[in-house]
Amino acid sequence: MAEVALNHDAAVAAGPPKLRRRSALRALLAQPKVVFAGGFIVLLILLALFAPVIAPHDPLDQDLLSGTLPPAGFAGAQPGYWLGTDDLGRDVLSRLIYGTRVALTVAFVAAFAAALLGTVLGLFAGFYGGAVDAIVSRLVEIWMAFPPVLLSILIVAIMGSGVRSVIVAIAIIDWTRFARVVRAETMAQAKADYVVAARVLGFGRLAILFREILPNVAPVLLALVTLEMGIAVIVEAILSFVGLSVSSDTPTWGGMIAQGRQIIYQAWWVFAAPLAALFATVLAFNQLGDGLRRALDPVMQR
Amino acid sequence: MAEALIDARAVVVAYAARRQFLSKAAPPRPVLHGVDLTIARGETVGIVGESGSGKTTLGRALIGLLRPVSGSIRFDGREIAELGEAAMRPLRRRMQMIFQDPMSSLNPRRTIGRTLTAPLLLHGLVDNRAAARRRIEMTLERVGLPASVLARYPHELSGGQRQRVGIARAVVLAPDFVLADEIVSGLDVSTQAQVLKLLGELKREMNLSMALISHDLSVVRAVCDRVYVLSQGRVVEQGRCDLVFDHPQDAYTRTLLDAIPLPVIDPTWLDRQAPGAAA
Amino acid sequence: MTEQLLSIVHLSAVSARDGNAPVLRDVSLSVARGEVHGLVGESGAGKSTIAKAILGILPGGIRITQGTIKLGGRDLLALGAHARRRLLGAEVSLIPQDPLTALNPARRIGAQLTDGLRLWRGLSARDAQTRALALLDDVQMREPARVMRAYPHELSGGMRQRVLIAAAFALDPKLVIADEPTTALDTTVQKQILRLIRAMQERHGTSVIFVTHNLGVVAQICDRATLLYMGKVMEQGTTRDLIEVPHHPYTQAVMAACPRYDRPGQELEPIPDAVLATCRAEVMAFDRAGVSHG
Ligand SMILES: Nc1ncnc2c1ncn2[C@@H]1O[C@H](COP(=O)(O)OP(=O)(O)OP(=O)(O)O)[C@@H](O)[C@H]1O
Ligand SMILES: Nc1ncnc2c1ncn2[C@@H]1O[C@H](COP(=O)(O)OP(=O)(O)OP(=O)(O)O)[C@@H](O)[C@H]1O
Ligand SMILES: [Mg+2]
Ligand SMILES: [Mg+2]
Repeated sequence: MAEVALNHDAAVAAGPPKLRRRSALRALLAQPKVVFAGGFIVLLILLALFAPVIAPHDPLDQDLLSGTLPPAGFAGAQPGYWLGTDDLGRDVLSRLIYGTRVALTVAFVAAFAAALLGTVLGLFAGFYGGAVDAIVSRLVEIWMAFPPVLLSILIVAIMGSGVRSVIVAIAIIDWTRFARVVRAETMAQAKADYVVAARVLGFGRLAILFREILPNVAPVLLALVTLEMGIAVIVEAILSFVGLSVSSDTPTWGGMIAQGRQIIYQAWWVFAAPLAALFATVLAFNQLGDGLRRALDPVMQR
Repeated sequence: MAEALIDARAVVVAYAARRQFLSKAAPPRPVLHGVDLTIARGETVGIVGESGSGKTTLGRALIGLLRPVSGSIRFDGREIAELGEAAMRPLRRRMQMIFQDPMSSLNPRRTIGRTLTAPLLLHGLVDNRAAARRRIEMTLERVGLPASVLARYPHELSGGQRQRVGIARAVVLAPDFVLADEIVSGLDVSTQAQVLKLLGELKREMNLSMALISHDLSVVRAVCDRVYVLSQGRVVEQGRCDLVFDHPQDAYTRTLLDAIPLPVIDPTWLDRQAPGAAA
Repeated sequence: MTEQLLSIVHLSAVSARDGNAPVLRDVSLSVARGEVHGLVGESGAGKSTIAKAILGILPGGIRITQGTIKLGGRDLLALGAHARRRLLGAEVSLIPQDPLTALNPARRIGAQLTDGLRLWRGLSARDAQTRALALLDDVQMREPARVMRAYPHELSGGMRQRVLIAAAFALDPKLVIADEPTTALDTTVQKQILRLIRAMQERHGTSVIFVTHNLGVVAQICDRATLLYMGKVMEQGTTRDLIEVPHHPYTQAVMAACPRYDRPGQELEPIPDAVLATCRAEVMAFDRAGVSHG
């Protein structure tokens, strides 16, 4: 009988020719979203790291004689100022490049911190239920009752402005997003038979939570983290815009947008350039999340 | 009768009622009202009954996944009804389960290899991964799967292959008792015949005790030594398969038997009520 | 000849995902008004693909390469998406294969059962509620009022499938496609459901396509049946012929694999390799013929 079964299954196994066991790297490179969005973000990281080398000018260098120069290709443009200059004669491109430093720091650190806090609480709430769940759920509800902008202004006001305060504010406000989604997903996964199977096999609660359930929550989490990175970039820009982020002599995209808005009729590019950078970065983070999920999630590789 | 491996007495299991917002929690709803059941070593027992009669609940109580409200469940002489989760864990290896839906019972984001290796290492049945792999490959061969499935994810297998993986996962730990809950009801007849035949062989080779939950009495008769008929949380009839199937004493058992559609042309079957059964 | 409600002629389909491997191979079958037609075959034989082709819900990976599907004389494959949806919504309903995913986990059973009644029949909330309760009663549901208020996860698998069967019959359709509707049910309920299906069919002239791998069910409920293997019709005819004088070796082997409580000591015989080889050879021969004809 064993032969019968073997032959039958060999036939099944031999059925459709499938590519499998690709290395993770190959899988990543096969995803256009990962290649393009990821490439863009790697580029941003390089710009942030090597800003002093790459930027054609000192971002703080004022040159009132060459104020509001338009970008290259427009009438009145001057060579060397690819994206033109602002009303104080500072090079927009260089400021943009230095601006990636704050944007990326905030994106990575704040999103990671919010994700960590929210995921841990969400996992425990969803898995243990009962009192743990009640406490976390109430906390989330109370938290969400505060208007986020007010809360962030409050936090920054208490901690003083600066990148660190912005990060703390984003993490403290946005962990609820993670907690809610992860809790719901964990509850759904905890009902699946494979969790019962793990219990039958003798695994302990924590092993089940972190080794069985977490990998199945990870795809949702990954999407959420990249989304949050985009959000963090925007929030930082907003806080800069209202002057609550970093001191005005550190170039940030939000600060540039705020400044550009005031001179939009004289020099639209001062407004448009950081806005475009912001938009592209947020889009890249979102696309990267989607691409990573497609490339790395075994279930999505059908 | 041979020495009992599982001996359940007057088992009562209740589920907590849903709690409505702000209202007092309703008392738990009992779904097993005092069930007695024994399974000898090497014996295969069928548990049959209609949907909602409590078969799954009984099975899960037997392997300590649900805690009875009252009653006793002895496994190899040891009382397990009172054991907590942690105290149960060392016993887990000895009582395994095969699930109805092999897809949802396998972690979708784990390869079959990892799914099978982890429990072996957990229970210290092997010293290292290489030994685990040898043992798993032997088991796979025994259940008729190629070693190539180890690198695959559950969704990359056919239904029959997944069910074999489920069986492999249960028997690789060399348990004393295996609970099989509706494991063939989703399979086509040919795969069903393969799986049942395999289970029968494994049972004999490993001297396994088994509880086979099924609503298909034909399947139970083909595999089991004794059968328990469950109705609304109570055992209404039990005994050797030949006796129960050929001379059912309880009207409910007759209804169950008569409800099985056999592959024979019988124009009266559909409208027929079981003789002596209540309408 | 009786009037045909549904006729499928020379239907072939390929799976783009598996390099255009054929999924259906020249399938022809017809269902008369009031007929219960069994669609039998092992997993992956293409039973659900036929059902989905009729309903126009084939997954993107599967493409029809030839053939026609006519419902009451109208060619479904030639109809626009909108016209087709209107036609199918009113006249064809599906009892899906998987009771777990077919119900919305976040909504109460009552709400899900009354949706169709209110949308297609324009019933008031109260009337729809009454009708839904009656339907649940029809499918032998205990405590229908409690079930109406319950969420899907509070019901056992069997109860969920009964809800889906009730929903399928809610709109008095002309054709019900039942994709293994009783697989999750215990036999007593299965018998009641089979009886119910026949009662509905007799009362309304409902035709049923009954997908199953249980030959016992085919024997008891189907007037005619089609046995598929790898998307090809192996044997087709009246149930009596199929069960009592099976011609094809595959049909014979499937019969032998059925467990039977009335035959103690019977060894379960999985389908022998020799038979499978014969069937595969038949399929290959067909594929080659198809290629050489262009
Ligand atoms: N987690 C749960 N919470 C509350 N009630 C439950 C739960 N699981 C099952 N029940 C109820 O307990 C009863 C017995 O259910 P059980 O699943 O044991 O039946 P079963 O015989 O296995 O049925 P089936 O053949 O449909 O699988 C049913 O009335 C069911 O509604
Ligand atoms: N989304 C899809 N894309 C491409 N091919 C598919 C898809 N879904 C199914 N198939 C293929 O179509 C064939 C027929 O599948 P189908 O679901 O019709 O089988 P079935 O007879 O209903 O089996 P079961 O009893 O398991 O439900 C299979 O070989 C399957 O691999
Ligand atoms: Mg059950
Ligand atoms: Mg199907």
